[in-house]
Amino acid sequence: MCEACPILDWAEALPTVASFTSRKVTDTMNDFIIWFDRYDHEQKPLVGGKNSSLGEMMMAELPVPPGFAITIDAYQLLWFDRALVDEVNGLLRNIDHDNAVANRVTADRIRAAIEAAPMPEIVAEEVTTAYDELCEHCDTADVPVAVRSSATAEDQPDASFAGQQDTYLWVRGTDDLLTSVQRCWSSLFTDRAIAYRHQMGYLHQGISMSVGVQKMVDPKASGVAFTLNPTNGDRSQVAIDASWGLGEAVVSGEVTPDNFLVDKVIHEIVLREISDKHIEYRLGDDGVVHKGDVEPERRKIACVTDDELKAIAVLARRAEKHYGTPQDVEWAIDRHLRSGSNVVMLQSRPETVWSQKKRDSVVSRHSDPMASIVSTLVAPLHTRET
Amino acid sequence: MSHDRFPSPFDVEAPEGIEGWEELYPYSVTFGEQRREYEGNRFWFWDSMHWGTAMTPFDSTFFELAIASLSQMNSRHYRIPPADGIDFRVLYGYAYLSPVGVDPEKIEARVPQFVERAGFYFQNWDRLYDEWLGKVRSCIEDLEGLDFSALPEMEDLSVITDGVGLGSGYRLQEEYRRFKDLILRVWNYHFEFLNLGYAAYLDFFGFCKEAFPTIPDLGIAKMVAGVEVDLFRPNEELKLLAHKAIELGIADLFATPSTVAANLDSPAGQEWQAAYDTAADPWFNFTSGNGFYHFDKTWRDHPEIPYAFIHDYITKIQEGADISRPIEAIRAERDRVVSEYRDLLASDEDRAAFDGKLGLARTVFPYVENHNFYIEHWTMSVVWRKVKELGAVFAKEGLMSADDDIMFLRRDEIDEVLWDYYSNWAVNSPTASADYWAPKIARRREIHRRLSEWSPPKALGEPPEVVTEPFTIMLWGITSDSVKTWLGSEEDEGGLSGMSASPGVVEGRARLVFSPDDVGDLEDGEILVAPITAPSWAPVFPKIQACVTDIGGMMSHAAIVCREYGVPAVTGTGFGTSDIKTGMLIRVDGSSGKVTIVEE
Repeated sequence: MCEACPILDWAEALPTVASFTSRKVTDTMNDFIIWFDRYDHEQKPLVGGKNSSLGEMMMAELPVPPGFAITIDAYQLLWFDRALVDEVNGLLRNIDHDNAVANRVTADRIRAAIEAAPMPEIVAEEVTTAYDELCEHCDTADVPVAVRSSATAEDQPDASFAGQQDTYLWVRGTDDLLTSVQRCWSSLFTDRAIAYRHQMGYLHQGISMSVGVQKMVDPKASGVAFTLNPTNGDRSQVAIDASWGLGEAVVSGEVTPDNFLVDKVIHEIVLREISDKHIEYRLGDDGVVHKGDVEPERRKIACVTDDELKAIAVLARRAEKHYGTPQDVEWAIDRHLRSGSNVVMLQSRPETVWSQKKRDSVVSRHSDPMASIVSTLVAPLHTRET
Repeated sequence: MSHDRFPSPFDVEAPEGIEGWEELYPYSVTFGEQRREYEGNRFWFWDSMHWGTAMTPFDSTFFELAIASLSQMNSRHYRIPPADGIDFRVLYGYAYLSPVGVDPEKIEARVPQFVERAGFYFQNWDRLYDEWLGKVRSCIEDLEGLDFSALPEMEDLSVITDGVGLGSGYRLQEEYRRFKDLILRVWNYHFEFLNLGYAAYLDFFGFCKEAFPTIPDLGIAKMVAGVEVDLFRPNEELKLLAHKAIELGIADLFATPSTVAANLDSPAGQEWQAAYDTAADPWFNFTSGNGFYHFDKTWRDHPEIPYAFIHDYITKIQEGADISRPIEAIRAERDRVVSEYRDLLASDEDRAAFDGKLGLARTVFPYVENHNFYIEHWTMSVVWRKVKELGAVFAKEGLMSADDDIMFLRRDEIDEVLWDYYSNWAVNSPTASADYWAPKIARRREIHRRLSEWSPPKALGEPPEVVTEPFTIMLWGITSDSVKTWLGSEEDEGGLSGMSASPGVVEGRARLVFSPDDVGDLEDGEILVAPITAPSWAPVFPKIQACVTDIGGMMSHAAIVCREYGVPAVTGTGFGTSDIKTGMLIRVDGSSGKVTIVEE
């Protein structure tokens, strides 16, 4: 991080955070925005773990919803505000680590102070410009975005615990956006985060905060994809669950999703089971998510087209290749993105059931080529199936 | 409605007015009292894939030759451990087959025999296949060279001066005997590699299915399929000739296929004709049927068929369509499919086995794909031409009343006619054949007409618990499941099911096509519904949306061609042509193997 910041014994002695004011804004620091699709590995320290993984997915041609990261420099610039530093330091001095209730009140006051401080003008300008660009890209005015904190720590691998991870969904318009960004910044000072840093002996200023701004997906349909057939572990297949609207209906168990099996290599749809999908969650015009009934004519038809299924399968396979292990992928089909590039990936994590099992080689039963042909003839395949 | 068995061959109600039908076929291939117990206790299925309609006496020759040859390779040459031959019978003119398994106790003893014999062929495949091509070409040359000309008024003087001592009557009978030898020889050759080819393919197939239990059959077929396949050559030649006609400025001639031949006198026309002649021999020795019936038309003998297809291609080219087959792209796609499945295997050990099995499958597969052109198309084109030549001699010499009367004789009866012809030529006395055969052939034509109108049962007798004969499964697509469907126990779902032979889902109007002559009725965007399709129908595939056949497996000719042309197909539905009518709106799902009638 910034070499100009002397490490102060902040957590123990609770001195002032005057050190921030010694930081100089240099020429290289006037860019507070890094778009996910223009990310490169060297920028990881500037954007934190969560944002860098989104950038990496973009680099691997795994299309996450479009968006940008606000670098830690923006957060650090906030502390050039002397009045804010004094106020926060004053409050921090009152922290008594044995009094949880009092500390919650103090923490809330620190957060309120951070949120009330004026956002550095240069940061506000850049964030506003970036948001306008995003709206234009999505052909939507005041496009709803998710605003997520992405904490970073110099030497601590568990930065995610060191800073509270706040997420604000369905944020619309510049004012809401700027407010949410500041809330993400302030989330470094929840009582739990303060206590944790104290306990671990981490410095408050050793942790920094980047913020991710990402288009909220407004899904026509969404679901999950496994890069194997969960019924038999077949690695040549992608299993896809899909339902109308947002994923909530499936997660809550209110809807049985459509289920598909797509071949990874030739992209043939090997299995399609269409369910009665009577409910969907959608974003209303008021910017709020609503649960609603699905019209009868849409209930029993596939909620994804064959081309979309193929795109999901290609995407899931790409994630699997990228991470080198079977994946469990959350995807959505965004109604505001253009057909052909409207399948987006929300998350990809390792599949845990089949990946843990040892994969048996088939060859043990087929070591000698002629013996194998004999067994093929003597016991035709379909008689061997169980 | 559910049954557990099909009617016994002895209980099938005969079509009306066919008394005496048995004499159309050799006694050895009809059901009868002599083998009642054996025949009554077996499961027989109608091979409508190759013999979709009633056979004339002469046509049934090739049923017998083909199935005996297939059987002999299993039982006596390669000692396929679990499978002897496939028994064959004719019931009311229709071809029925019954796989003969090996006594389980004797299977073990055959394994080393099989390993040695089949192993030799697998190890020497390329050399033996090269030799095979030579053997078949020499059969074709010999067949073409057969001298079936009429007997002369007087022997040539050279017969005297060379001291030959044998006459034309002897020559004609000898040539017919050679004809019979050559057709048996060529059908033996047909199966010299085929069964082994299927075995190697099935082995790779089984390995893939074990490694990837849900892998679509098509994925496996794509890895093995040849890129440049002789069976597709006739169609490729049509495209070249279409381009040539445009280059030479004579494209307009093809609008009326029947008059093309008469209008090729110009220098451009002559140049095109020369190109056509080069392509036609051998590639247009291509039948519009499957080669097993004398009435199948070959392109070479009926140039209006290729002319019409060339016209279709000309139209497409003029509309700006690219009709070429992108060889490099097809090859690259095949390589991609192989390397991706390979990457997904569990271990390097599996990858090594995969490489070995794929290598063998690809070594054997050109034979599986190409033999059909060399035998069913090329050789059989020549065979039918020669039989028709002999038939015309019989008619011209007053032994028969029509050129095609010969098709209503059994092959052994032709010997009798030849003797009658020869001996009375020798004596210079009247022949008996005309009066002897005229009423019999009239009656046989009537019987054959009635048999052709009859619908034979799909199968006879009690089906086995599990169908295990590998070739029955692979070539005919007959599995325990399809037999169950035929029995009607799984009809409740509605619609038809069959093999998912070529993927994709489409809805469209059905067009039933029972004979090659009806292929021309197909209109753009229709769905072809047929008992079986032939490779020579390939040029109509760009026109149709999908294809449904009554019979055929993953490797049936229909399936191979459908995949090549990217047309969704469901094969082996059993009842496609009986349940579906022309004009119905149907939905064909080539991925799940389901066919649904959407609107009657």
